[in-house]
Formats: sequence, structure tokens, C-alpha cells
Amino acid sequence: MLHSILAFVQAWWVELLCALLIVLVVPLIAVYIALVERKFMADVQARPDPMRVGPHGLLQQIPDALKLLFKEDLIPANADQFIFWFAPVLSMTAALTSMGAVAFGPWFQVARDINIGLLFVVGVSALSPLGIILGGWASNNHYPIIGALRSTAQLISYETTAGFALVSGFLLAGTLNVRAIVEIQRTDQAWFVFLAPVGFFIYLIASIVETNREPFDLPETKSELVAGSIAEYGGFRWLLYFLAEYANRIVVASVGTTLFLGGWLRPFPNVRWLTWLDAAPTLLLAAVGAYCVFRAGKQPAREQSLFMWAVALACFVVAAIFALAAPFDHLPFELMHDGLYGAFWFLFKVSAYIYVFMWLRFTLPRFRFDQFTRLGWHILIPLAVINVVGVSIALALSSEFGINRWVATFITTIAAIGAAMLLLHWNDKYSAAASAALLAESSVSEDTHAG
Amino acid sequence: MLDSVIFYFFAGIAVISAALMITRRNAIHSAVFLITTLLATAGIFLQLRAEFLFISQIILYVGGIMVLFIFVIMLVRLDVPLPQIRSRTQKWIALLVALAVGVEAGVVLWLARKIPGQGLIFPNPAPADKLHPNTEELARSLFGSYLLPFEIASVLLLVAMVGAVVMAKKRTDA
Repeated sequence: MLHSILAFVQAWWVELLCALLIVLVVPLIAVYIALVERKFMADVQARPDPMRVGPHGLLQQIPDALKLLFKEDLIPANADQFIFWFAPVLSMTAALTSMGAVAFGPWFQVARDINIGLLFVVGVSALSPLGIILGGWASNNHYPIIGALRSTAQLISYETTAGFALVSGFLLAGTLNVRAIVEIQRTDQAWFVFLAPVGFFIYLIASIVETNREPFDLPETKSELVAGSIAEYGGFRWLLYFLAEYANRIVVASVGTTLFLGGWLRPFPNVRWLTWLDAAPTLLLAAVGAYCVFRAGKQPAREQSLFMWAVALACFVVAAIFALAAPFDHLPFELMHDGLYGAFWFLFKVSAYIYVFMWLRFTLPRFRFDQFTRLGWHILIPLAVINVVGVSIALALSSEFGINRWVATFITTIAAIGAAMLLLHWNDKYSAAASAALLAESSVSEDTHAG
Repeated sequence: MLDSVIFYFFAGIAVISAALMITRRNAIHSAVFLITTLLATAGIFLQLRAEFLFISQIILYVGGIMVLFIFVIMLVRLDVPLPQIRSRTQKWIALLVALAVGVEAGVVLWLARKIPGQGLIFPNPAPADKLHPNTEELARSLFGSYLLPFEIASVLLLVAMVGAVVMAKKRTDA
């Protein structure tokens, strides 16, 4: 028995190590994304951000998490005990499992060379809302149930949209295998975002919806439904939902990055005079370290400035590792070099994607529910279908008639944008009429109530 | 060894949760166990190297259809068992159907007792690691050899969908 376990570990140790790293590191990353979000929010709202715990509030999230861990574990008396217990676990499991097929670098991937690749990530991460829906139902309370119903409607409306947006990328790649998709973007000398910009735009919107972010956070809507489907949750169960939400955000950002933004490739990997971009990781980390040194002297307490020095040292060490690995871009050290630099560029793009999420969150007001479903069914789904047809036509033109791919996709992109304009125009007329009808109805009912 | 352990793991989960699914009173609990059954079946598909079938089972059944089921269950309060559907005659009919299915399963098992012995020969079995990529093969047969049946099925589904929308639409006049 022990022997077979050892043989198993020997055969799969890379995969096991990657899986362990994902399970251990992703919650930490999620927690720090939340810190960035808090700081960014404070900046946008022109108010102080968390600054007290650790230098620059860098340790703020740790006491917050500890507080949640030590809170009383409360299950409402009339809740469905079993599903109430099970739902957050389901959300978290789905989010972490779907990361198994994400390639964080050329070799940092748990399930390598599976044929369905990206489809696995998308399909399994779509189970996460199921946890939210079941949790909302199990809470046995009006607001969580409304939140759960909204989450269901959201899932049904936007799953199709995201699927069609991804199909336009899959058509360009001709495969579902994650590593093959990225390699094709290298050999084609184009990220698919340039060939199918409409598809990327639709996926961006759909991925915001799938992670329940503002302006589409209708299952939660703090101002309407308290906290929506997770209103009855507290303590560690709430923390599980929270981690699942952030892990899901990383997942959708990874899918978008892999399919549309060139995965772990450096920007313009084939352009000779841009090779200086290879120095970007080193320079960026060194700059962060230098900033930490600069700020270390200005900390109010001695411990805080010591901590700042430690952070600076860590940045310099990582920068040094990058600098030392730079000359080894050939065999036998190629794997290490590509792994390091690939992971940097991948995480950089994913962070940028998540930053756009936050940016939109603080910029746009929340959609009303009918506006939200109308956007999905009346504009985005038709547009996504038109875009898939357009991309297929462009590919057929370039393969059958030898028209330049850039020209063909450019024409179909213009056509898709025109279609979007038309859809928006028709929807404007329709929604004005619908709003008027809604208003008339509500005023009538108010009158009868008064009478 | 590992293969059979994985198979019995998934098969056991599928059978146990299928039994739990039909014995639970609460409709949402039944739905959860149905989800578990479907996921375990998907696991068996994956073990058989039918990757595309595995993920479409998860996306369509677990992510799509079951979510719709739960949506409906939450809206119509099926969790109160209806007394009228548990009549006496229904019990006898159910027993009869169960017996018929049991006999059928028994006959199939008896006929299949030789599999996988020398009784049945598989035509050109390919080793598991040399199989063609599943998704590409499926696409080739769907859009190549079976294009017409595929299109007919699509049109049929479209007609059903349009019909459902027409029936469910709010009648504005008359």
C-alpha cells in the first residue's frame, strides 16, 4: 500500500506540488486582492484607507481573517442545516478545482495537456453560483431567497453570453488545450483580443456578471437585500464565500488572459527591438523595493519601518532572482527561465484584468434588475451570436480565398460594432416604452392603495 | 488497481446518491443528490477518456438544467409533499413498473455475464494513451458524417423552444 502511494507521488510530484501551491497561495492572494480593493476604494472615495496594522496597513487582512475565524458559528434555527453547511463548501471547491487546468506559466499547471482545457475551467467554475443559490435557499429568509433567485436568473442569462464570447476565441485558436491556445497566439503573432475585440469585450462584461461584481452585483445588492444570498452567513462560512468569490475572479481573469491576452507570453514576443521588455519584471520589482525603502524612513513606529525594510528586501531578492535567471533562456535551464518569466507576465495580466474590475466597480452605478436582464437577452446574446458568425466568416474568407486575416477580422469587427449600435438603438426605443408602461402601472396601483 | 478504485468510488457515489435522491422528502435535497449523481457519472465519463462528454455533462446538466430545476423548485414550493399524488393505485402501478425494470435489468445482466471475458470481442481496441483527441473526433463526426441528423435535432429543439415561448407569453389582447 505504502509502496504504491510512494510510486504515485513519484510519478505525479509536479502536479501535486502545483495543486498544493494553488490551495495554499490562492486564499492569500485573494485576501490581498481584497486589501488592494479597499485601498483603491478609499482612494476613489477620497477618504483614509487601512493604514494602522503593519506599515501601510499591509497586515490589515490577517486580523480581519482571524476575527472571522473566531466568530461564533451561527446557523439559523429554521435553516436547512445540511445545505447551509454544504453550500459554501461547494462554492469554494468549485472555484479551486477549476484552477487545476489554468496554466499560470508554461509548466505551472496541474492538469496538463487535457483535451478540453479551457472548457474545464469555465464549466467547473460555473458550479460556484450553485453554492450561492443553495445557500440563499437554505437560509430560509426572504432576502437570501430573492438573492438566490436573482443569482439563478443571472447565471442562466449570462452563461450563454460568456460561452459564445469564448467560442469566438476558440474558433481562432482551433483548440481547447490551454497551452496550445497560448502557443498559437505566439505563432500567429497576435493576441486574440486584436482579432476578436468584440468577443473580448463581451467576455469582460459576462465575467463581471459571473463573479457578482458591481455594477452587476444583483444577488448581493447591499442597499436592497442586506447582503443578498449570504445575509445569514457569518464567521468562517462567510469567509469561504468571500474566498470563493475572489478565487472565481482570479479564474475568470485567467480565462480571459489565456484566451484573449496571450497567456504567459510577453507583450510582442516576436518583435526584436522590444526584447528590453524582458527586463520589466526585474525593474518593476526593484522599483517597488526602492519605494519601500523610501517609505521605511517615514513610518511612525520602529517595528513598522523594520517591516518595510523586510518587504523591500523581499522585493530585491525576487528582482535578483529574475535578473539572475535572465541569461538562462536556453537548455537546460530554459524551463526555469520560462516558468519564472511566464508566471510574471501571466500574473501581471491577471492583476490588470482584476484592476479593471475594481475600476468599473467604482465608476458605474448598479443596474436595475430589468435593465440587467434586458442587457443580457436583448443586446449581449444577439451580439455574441453575430460576433461568432462574423469571426467564422472571417476565418473562412482567409482560409478559402486567401484574404489577409487582419483585414477579414477587421471588417467583421466593424460589422459587429454596427450590429451593436443597431441593437442599442432598438433597445432604447423599447426600454423607453417599457419604462413608461412600468411607471403608469405603478402610479395606478398607488392610486388604488390611497383610495 | 487505481483504475478500479476510481471506478468504484464514482459508481458508489452515483448509486448511493441516486437512492437518496428518490427517498428524500425535500425537493431541494433531491436536487442536490441528483447533482451529486450527475457529477459522479461525469467522473466515470472522464475515466473512460470521454473528456468532452464529461465537461458537457457538467456544463449542461449540473450548471444549466439543475440550476433551472432549483429555480423552479424555489418558485413553486414543491417542498410540501402533495397528498393527492400518493394515491393507493399509484403504489401498485409503481410496484409493477419496478418489477418490470428489475426483470429487464436481470436479463441484461444474465446475458452480459461473459463481458469482459473472451465472449465478446471489441473491434480494434485502441490503447488508452493513443486515443484521438476526443473533442476533435466528436466535432468531426457531428459536423461531418452526422451533419443532417445533427441539424434536424437542432431545428427540432428550436421549434420546441419557440413553441414554449409562444405558450408562455403574456396574452395582451383577447
